[in-house]
Amino acid sequence: MSSRLALDIQGVWRSFGAVDVFQDLSLEVGAGEFVAIVGPSGCGKTTLLNLISGYDKPDAGQVLRTGRMRMIYQQGGLFPWRTAGQNVAMGLRDVKDAAERQRRLDEMLRMVGLEGFADHYPHQLSGGMRQRVELARALAGDTDILLMDEPFSALDYLTRLRMRRELALMLDQKPCTVVLVTHDIEEAAQLADRVVVLSERPARIRYERCLGIPRPRDLTSQEVVEAVHAILAEMGIENAARADDRPLELASRRGVKENDR
Amino acid sequence: MRSSNKTSVAIMLPVTLAILGILAWHALAAFHLFPESALPPPMQVARGVGEEIGLGLLDNVVVSLYRVSVGFLLAVGLGVPVGLWLGMNERARLATLPLINFFRSLSPLAWIPFAILWFGLGDRPAVFLIFMAAVFPIILATTAAVAEIPAVRFRVARDYGYSGIQLLTQVTLPAIAPQVITAMRVTAGLSWVVVVAAEMLSGKDGLGFAVWDSRNNLRNDLLVVNMIVIGLIGVAVDRLLVQLARIPSVRWGYEQ
Repeated sequence: MSSRLALDIQGVWRSFGAVDVFQDLSLEVGAGEFVAIVGPSGCGKTTLLNLISGYDKPDAGQVLRTGRMRMIYQQGGLFPWRTAGQNVAMGLRDVKDAAERQRRLDEMLRMVGLEGFADHYPHQLSGGMRQRVELARALAGDTDILLMDEPFSALDYLTRLRMRRELALMLDQKPCTVVLVTHDIEEAAQLADRVVVLSERPARIRYERCLGIPRPRDLTSQEVVEAVHAILAEMGIENAARADDRPLELASRRGVKENDR
Repeated sequence: MRSSNKTSVAIMLPVTLAILGILAWHALAAFHLFPESALPPPMQVARGVGEEIGLGLLDNVVVSLYRVSVGFLLAVGLGVPVGLWLGMNERARLATLPLINFFRSLSPLAWIPFAILWFGLGDRPAVFLIFMAAVFPIILATTAAVAEIPAVRFRVARDYGYSGIQLLTQVTLPAIAPQVITAMRVTAGLSWVVVVAAEMLSGKDGLGFAVWDSRNNLRNDLLVVNMIVIGLIGVAVDRLLVQLARIPSVRWGYEQ
């Protein structure tokens, strides 16, 4: 495994009973790269995360990883009996020096804009604030790989947009390798260096799209809109020809709406 | 301001209602619809308080509270660990749940003859009966609470390096605390009901014995004194246990 890779998934096979989820799937993720995995529901996105995290084992093939890995769950990841501060402190358990731990805890809470909420319990916070606590906990300490399983899907639309922006800003301060599983193609295109589109089961990589522009990106920026369009077209949801004969943004936005309906 | 207003209303309303109830009781007794022995008037009961204190009311309160405390704490001390084990062990759960439900359905009072045969008179049969009343609901509530802990909690704990006994102390116990506290409140009330019945039949002292003794001496005014004391202590015990539900780290279980 090259030192430039954070994750190397080599020819992985996994099935549950008669359901073949992966047949010889391979994926490499470079150190510091942000990869988003999208695909139809039930295609095995969460199974892939479980294989990456080591929670699940492949039937054949292997998953190589380097460094400390942490996962952000869709919901319920915070311990409701711990305050926001105590939850974030879980990420700093191996910092032995108490003063240093407190300093880094304060730093993380400041980074997610929750300085005044250290003593609040999760049920006293809004959905967006809870996911910010999750992010702070996951990135506290020295995290090398951050796995995210549809982290913002339980939030309302505007909060989701804000959280994408905050995630981008946090990664700027605490860079790490990210694997984001989402069904939200806009989210993938707005955040990822590379969007990997999986096919139906057994899932294989159907399409990959790299985005070079820096984060945080505007949802309506040219490159994001183009990527969304290309991914939707590749999935057969949007008309591939439409982009050429109409203004690009209009075509893509309308296409997304048709899909939602 | 609003919350202190709310507190005073929460005290004023029930006190007002109780005063109205006593007035209605007084009126009913004044009309002599029932003989005085069947409905002792409030003033007679009030005069009986002093007499009952002279007959050992305070000692009886201490004795009954002691029996309830021992039986209840034994039930919690044994019921919670057994519930933890059953919650984590599906086979043991399948094997024992019907049996536990069987024993829970038996009124603890049905055990009174055996309690007397096995333990004689005094503290021990009462403690045994209270234990029998409280332990099965505690086991069932704990078992259900453990079995319902979302799997993601343990995944998160492992992600952050918790293992072995830490999973118990840092995940399982705090996760079940709200439900166990609720079960403790319910069973403490149940225990208080049971101690009176147990002492009526197997005692030589205690509030239940005092109830029985008043009845045998045809002193229903003193019986009512004991009833009022029993009810007030029951309310006080519940108020005490409610404080457990106020602990900040268990509030989530009641507010979510």
